Amino acid sequence: MRLYALAVYLFLYVPIGIIVLFSFNAGKAASQLQGLSVQWYGKALSNTFVVEAFQTSLTVALTSSILATVFGTMAALALQGVKGKTRALFDAMIYIAVMVPGIVIGIATLIAMVTLFDLLNPLLKTLFAHAENAPQLGLGYGSLIAAHGLFSMSLVIIIVRARIAGMDRSLIEASADLGATPFGTFRQVTLPQIFPGILAGFLLAFTFSFDDFIIAFFVAGSNTTLPIYVFSSIRRGVTPEINAIGSMVLAVSLCLLITAQSILRRGATKS
Amino acid sequence: MKPRFTTALLLLPAAAWFVAMLVLPLIVVFVFSFGERGPAGGYVPAFSFDNFLNLGARWTAFKNTMVLAPIGTIACLFIAYPLAYFLAIRASAKWRTMLLILVIVPFWTSILIRSYAWIFLLGGKGLPSLIAALGLGHIQLINTPFAVLVGIVYGYLPLMVFPIYVSLERLDKRLLEAASDLGAPPLNTFLTVTLPLSMPGVATGCMLVFILLMGEFLIPAMLGGGKVFFVGNALVDLFVQSRNWAFGSAVAVALVLVMLVTVTAYMRFTRRWSGGRDDISLM
Repeated sequence: MRLYALAVYLFLYVPIGIIVLFSFNAGKAASQLQGLSVQWYGKALSNTFVVEAFQTSLTVALTSSILATVFGTMAALALQGVKGKTRALFDAMIYIAVMVPGIVIGIATLIAMVTLFDLLNPLLKTLFAHAENAPQLGLGYGSLIAAHGLFSMSLVIIIVRARIAGMDRSLIEASADLGATPFGTFRQVTLPQIFPGILAGFLLAFTFSFDDFIIAFFVAGSNTTLPIYVFSSIRRGVTPEINAIGSMVLAVSLCLLITAQSILRRGATKS
Repeated sequence: MKPRFTTALLLLPAAAWFVAMLVLPLIVVFVFSFGERGPAGGYVPAFSFDNFLNLGARWTAFKNTMVLAPIGTIACLFIAYPLAYFLAIRASAKWRTMLLILVIVPFWTSILIRSYAWIFLLGGKGLPSLIAALGLGHIQLINTPFAVLVGIVYGYLPLMVFPIYVSLERLDKRLLEAASDLGAPPLNTFLTVTLPLSMPGVATGCMLVFILLMGEFLIPAMLGGGKVFFVGNALVDLFVQSRNWAFGSAVAVALVLVMLVTVTAYMRFTRRWSGGRDDISLM
């Protein structure tokens, strides 16, 4: 039994380990280890395409996860007092947003936005007829943030809601009985209790957006995110530079995940 | 009426986001699926069922998905179950949380990088060269259904382990003791007590993995090398290469319909032993 578990853990971690190991390859050949060096990290970080893609990914992940966390938490808080049709409608939305494949979400967002922009852009042109450059709408940061935010927000609602469900209600009642204003109760009682959930939701949302390929592939327009860059590089062949970029991407999500996990576990044992 | 106003205000941004980014785009896909391809690609309004009648042109993609998604799900189940059993029943409490985190963490790291790792391992200079060096002949691993299956198991194993673990962990351990005290052989205890009680977790895990596999694109794209392709790959091809939005929308609608039908049928079928519990958290 133990041996079996060990084998599964090896299966899960050896491939990742090999990527990391080969990212320190001193040689040029992708599959032959010739001493250790960090030269490929240097190469990757001085590649302007990589740096730009990294900045795009970071901006999109940060913005979409912050918006998703704020709006998702607001919705989760409000939904605890809502029943009937509104509640069912929201549950259905969250369910659909999580279950519909990312590829369908990507396609739907692409064609809906491009159709909308084709309608609005001539209008903008006439409105700004005298301006030097009429503003034109197009796919880019906005569409990336909005599309990632959809999944992220659903994720945050699910996590924060679970947290609210496990919360000690008597404290809220006590606070209200002692004359605290609703906002005061929220700030001093509810928020500290659900904060681990909010933070974990934010970290997961960030990780999702930072790692997503398929939605970004459709809605990024002329922008390149890091996963899009990696995907198109792999098509051109396996290089130690991709190993280095991959290792860095893995390191970012691993750090965030371990933080999220420990926050959630600690919060869970406390309550 | 003031609390109601606050509630509405709190729900407004989320509701607006759902409508703008989920409901409207999905309606657009549905409408476009009855349209026609424009002369330079894109979409021209029309109302015909031609796109749906033409779905047979992508039959291979649907067939591959409907064959490999269930096989992948079952492969995940058979590998995940013993591990979940070990974690929930055999592992010491001290290590359990740590071991569980180690299973979940890979699921949340980039599937792109993790599939790439297998290109590296299954490619010509990876495992096949090792096998050739051992004198076992030359075999092709990458760009085969086997490679796609390995990628699937690698990618979705954590998603299967977690719900099974949860249902085994909730299981009343005294039942197992009672069974063995009454002289039941371990295999009988497993088959008559443990397995039936863990069925809700099995059902949830299978459904989650199956749903995600139906929409898979990256794993077949990376490890199938254009030879093993899913509906997701056909969709990318239709929208990016041939820019046939109308037909692409019809394929997307068909995919979602097939998913809905199979999942509903599956849930009907499993409701009997899952007791209607389908909530599950991935953390």
